[in-house]
Amino acid sequence: MEYFLELLLGGLTRGSIYALIALGYTMVYGIIELINFAHGEIYMIGAFTGLIVAGLLTMLGFPGISILAIAITCAIIWAAAYGYTIEKVAYKPLRGAPRLSPLISAIGMSIFLQNYVMLAQTSDFLPFPELIPEFGFMSDFKTVMSSSELVIIVATVLSCIGLTLFIKFTKLGKAMRATAQNRKMAMLVGINVDMVISATFIIGSSLAAVGGVLIASHVGQINYFIGFIAGIKAFTAAVLGGIGSIPGAMLGALVLGLTEAFATGYVSSDYEDVFAFCLLVLILIFRPAGIMGKEKTQKV
Amino acid sequence: MSNETKTMNQQGFVESFLSAGSDSVAHAFKKSSIAAIWFVFLTFPIMVIKVNTIEKTVAWKWENMAYIALAIFFGSFVWRWLLAQKELKKDETKGETKVEALLTVIQTTPLIKFSLLCLIGVIAVVAPLKFTFLSSKFQIFDLYQTNIMVSCLVYVVLGLGLNIVVGLAGLLDLGYVAFYAVGAYAYALSNMHWGLGFWFALPLGAVLGTLLGVVLGFPVLRLRGDYLAIVTLGFGEIIRLVLENWGDITMGPSGISNISRPGFFGMKMTIVDSTIYMYYIMIGLVIFTIFCVNRLQNSRIGRAWLALREDEIACQAMGIDKMKTKLMAFALGATWAGMAGVVFAAKTTFINPASFTFWESAIILSIVVIGGMGSIRGVIVGAIILILVPEYLRDFAEFRMLLFGAIMVLVMVFRPQGLHQPWCHFHLRPTWSCHP
Repeated sequence: MEYFLELLLGGLTRGSIYALIALGYTMVYGIIELINFAHGEIYMIGAFTGLIVAGLLTMLGFPGISILAIAITCAIIWAAAYGYTIEKVAYKPLRGAPRLSPLISAIGMSIFLQNYVMLAQTSDFLPFPELIPEFGFMSDFKTVMSSSELVIIVATVLSCIGLTLFIKFTKLGKAMRATAQNRKMAMLVGINVDMVISATFIIGSSLAAVGGVLIASHVGQINYFIGFIAGIKAFTAAVLGGIGSIPGAMLGALVLGLTEAFATGYVSSDYEDVFAFCLLVLILIFRPAGIMGKEKTQKV
Repeated sequence: MSNETKTMNQQGFVESFLSAGSDSVAHAFKKSSIAAIWFVFLTFPIMVIKVNTIEKTVAWKWENMAYIALAIFFGSFVWRWLLAQKELKKDETKGETKVEALLTVIQTTPLIKFSLLCLIGVIAVVAPLKFTFLSSKFQIFDLYQTNIMVSCLVYVVLGLGLNIVVGLAGLLDLGYVAFYAVGAYAYALSNMHWGLGFWFALPLGAVLGTLLGVVLGFPVLRLRGDYLAIVTLGFGEIIRLVLENWGDITMGPSGISNISRPGFFGMKMTIVDSTIYMYYIMIGLVIFTIFCVNRLQNSRIGRAWLALREDEIACQAMGIDKMKTKLMAFALGATWAGMAGVVFAAKTTFINPASFTFWESAIILSIVVIGGMGSIRGVIVGAIILILVPEYLRDFAEFRMLLFGAIMVLVMVFRPQGLHQPWCHFHLRPTWSCHP
């Protein structure tokens, strides 16, 4: 039973991180129908920024919890800046170009960013300081759940709720939904579509940065290559749930995280990724538009 | 528009270059300064600070900031100028540049076209051979370059194969490398266990590729657009992971070594000879592939692919079996990958699953898109650029992949339709899409 709980919570943690990254994929896809391959790299850059800031602050002797807050804030700021710039440089000149061109541009951007971080920092694994302290009240549950897992799950739930409220009730959220439904129409009713697209990239990148710092602190090490596999998995999660749909991305990420955790726990750890992709293939064969995708998915 | 071009011509080139994409030179300087400041901010943590969390030391590299600022300040002028040039071109669709005009002349004059093809053919044939001409040794490709050319030609075949799936039939396949891996492992395993030779393995690889294409294609071809893309990506990863973990059969991550090179009626060959032999095999295979793809393109099925790519519903209304046509494209594309895989295994004599990652699929897809989708010439040019450029960039050592990524982005930004755009008269719609 305890093993089951451990796997369940591990799966939830994994799923939470996938969800934070998958939201960025699904929002961008919802608005400009682009698989943003550089999104995984933004997650990696967020983690690196977090590491640099946390390292500096630790040396300056800041208290524990404030380091976490400042590191996450800085990671969000820079990741958002990268997301914004990447859109302006690599995707905006390609609006109206053949459909696959932005995809190749995104793949090129991804290669570029990986090597940029590798050259500027290092190609080795870097140890990441443990930013999330062990909470006192968690000591009874230590065997099944660490406090960093709790923080990750809570942070994800809060971000998802915040994002949903933002999309539902703010003016910008409304503009995003409108742009996702029909870009031309949105332009005609006076929505600044360029601004909406930039905002989408900024929000998606910030969520990825939060995920990056939290998981790096949980796992304890990062290198320049972490964005690739996380990005692929998160994209799988987004498609699993029905791409373009926000609740779909969350659900897809949870399903993917839990499947991976239980499959590795009960069957074999060698085939972890195989299970993830088999699940994807099976679900798409029986539900070609993903779990939450209907005839018309709710986009953004 | 015409007024603008006139003023553009009246201004000196320097001024038009400086003020491209903005109102005046002063405005342009302001824009570039802002861009420089923004990029300095952007790259600040990653480029300037290097923290060592174990030894608790920080290295500040302030000089990087100056490099970035300078590079972005001057680079942004070039960037805006190139973007403005692209815009100009879009407006004057009729106007041909000198290069394009030259290409048209070459294409329309059979004599020039024929003699150019002959010239390329002769150069390709004699390139790896050693000559003694007037007592001076003469050789175009040395062993190293011949080797690079062989791998470049492998990618030409792969690109042409994927071109059938992506360029002609419009099915985005991100797991093309799976078929390549199957071909390579088919030869490696059959060679290891039963001593099967290259010439028997080549058709075997092709058949296995086709079979796998049908088996994988059958369930997934109902999916549309990007769903198809991610499922093929998933299949590609599944095949690689199975190869990696099924150690009893595939030897796991350590791979299979000592695969025999292709033989020629039992002749014994040195490494140099067999590399040159490999080169000729590849030239033959490329010509065969070009011939087949060209015939396919103009056949009934090729036209069905194009029609399916443009409009699925109209295509079905014309009585084309959607499933069968797509499956044909998928299977035929996989055939070439299977063959290329056999050649790859024979060329390197060692394979392991690390050669068949998603990046390989991404590179092959980039060859197709950068070259120009659906164009045979484009794919050849794309393969030469994407495979030879990183090889010759080896002088830049670690900056190689950085430049490679940047080149991919730049080519796409400034030439989104690819280097060579085929079928101009066939393009009914300005944009190509996976689904109608």
